[in-house]
Amino acid sequence: MKRVGNEGIVISPIKNGTVIDHITPGKGLTVIRILGIQTGTPVTFTVATNVMSTRGGRKDMVKIENRELMKAEVGKIALVAPDAKISIIRDFTVAAKKSVEIPSDIAGVIRCPNPNCITNTREPVESRFVVHPRGFQCWYCDTVISREMDISDYI
Amino acid sequence: MTHDQKNILSVRDMSHEEIDVLLSVAAKFDQSEFTGHELDGKILAVLFFEPSTRTRMSFSSAMMRLGGQILNFGSVAASSVVKGETLSDTIRVTSGYADAIVLRHPKEGAARLASEIAAVPVINGGDGAGQHPSQTLQDLFTIRKSMQLENIDVGVQGDLRYGRTVHSLANALTKYDNIRLHTIAPEGLELPNYLRQDLTDAGMEVIAHESIEEIISALDVLYVTRLQRERFPDPAAFASFAATYRITSALLARAKPSMIILHPLPRVDEIDPAVDALPCAKYFQQAHYGVSVRMAMLHEVMRP
Ligand SMILES: Nc1ncnc2c1ncn2[C@@H]1O[C@H](COP(=O)(O)OP(=O)(O)O)[C@@H](O)[C@H]1O
Ligand SMILES: [Zn+2]
Repeated sequence: MKRVGNEGIVISPIKNGTVIDHITPGKGLTVIRILGIQTGTPVTFTVATNVMSTRGGRKDMVKIENRELMKAEVGKIALVAPDAKISIIRDFTVAAKKSVEIPSDIAGVIRCPNPNCITNTREPVESRFVVHPRGFQCWYCDTVISREMDISDYI
Repeated sequence: MTHDQKNILSVRDMSHEEIDVLLSVAAKFDQSEFTGHELDGKILAVLFFEPSTRTRMSFSSAMMRLGGQILNFGSVAASSVVKGETLSDTIRVTSGYADAIVLRHPKEGAARLASEIAAVPVINGGDGAGQHPSQTLQDLFTIRKSMQLENIDVGVQGDLRYGRTVHSLANALTKYDNIRLHTIAPEGLELPNYLRQDLTDAGMEVIAHESIEEIISALDVLYVTRLQRERFPDPAAFASFAATYRITSALLARAKPSMIILHPLPRVDEIDPAVDALPCAKYFQQAHYGVSVRMAMLHEVMRP
């Protein structure tokens, strides 16, 4: 494997795509899931878990080939990895970098924990959560996923 | 949903001012200040996916008093469920039949979903354990009939854990200034922590009491809810709580003369029937106000 950047030994270089760095340790696979990438999806991706960060401590890293993330996708990542840094790679170089920002209104990502919520039925409706002083609140049934709960359980 | 469609889904969506306007209209209607032609030619679809005789009848009565007509989808709703039709499809279809829909549904959030699909206003007639704005507005109206909705001490007693009428009322009261909430509940049926947090975050003072005796003399409003037998571990525990939590004339002798008692009904043993004759007993009036409040709600969403 070729060394890329400062700490890139675990991630081999790609020509085009996206690198998501500084993901909360253990949340790399959740990020993959949020992006709708499943086994069987024709996308090449790498997840490195619990790698040493030059900033100290550990982190996860995700590399996706031939795909540049959209703004909406970036917002979703912030839910589980608020410190993540996204680099868009074009022709082996970092073409753009962005940090993630927690959105105030999230559609279609979080599953409502309330089994009696209308979004957990056969209705053709996307889930929707909005910011609440305690965390995120279901737009439909008012259930709050508080910051003490692990939101990735509902993604 | 059309752009200027007015829905009433949750008191949480309404500002203090919007609530006041609605309650003032209800007060006029309560004084028989209406012609009976306000909603002439309008049709209300009453779409109930679960039984609730009182809510359905009071909405129907309210619509008829304002000159409107009722389209009762009771059995149609049930049959479309049997056929496997989604609520979304049912709403799309019924939207074409009426000028507004009042929806009662067992799933929380159903009314908000319906409002996003409907081409006409939607009123939430209760969704699962969720919102029931007509009940909350009726409670606020009853308080406002007797006093100003500010700077008062409101006691809530009974099953504060599962009692959704108390939850909605407490949330609604945070919109008013300087209201102190006093809670009296058996162990295990106290106000949920998340709700206490929300109320205090909204600036409300919430004080828990061991017994009603210690606070009765300070209260302006006492809201009593039913204790359900099935929430208690055994019949003896229920009996002991039922005795402790009973409102009697003797207890009320220590209350302010202006204090009022509310109860969402049905009542079981929480209030001694001897209390019914006292001027502080407002719970039957509270039930009657339901029609005026629903008239105001219908008027608000359908008036030309
Ligand atoms: N061509 C590439 N293929 C794979 N990963 C890359 C590539 N270029 C940069 N990276 C990774 O993208 C992230 C951001 O790159 P860079 O700006 O060089 O590093 P840093 O933000 O750590 O200073 C780093 O984790 C780096 O390893
Ligand atoms: Zn929900």
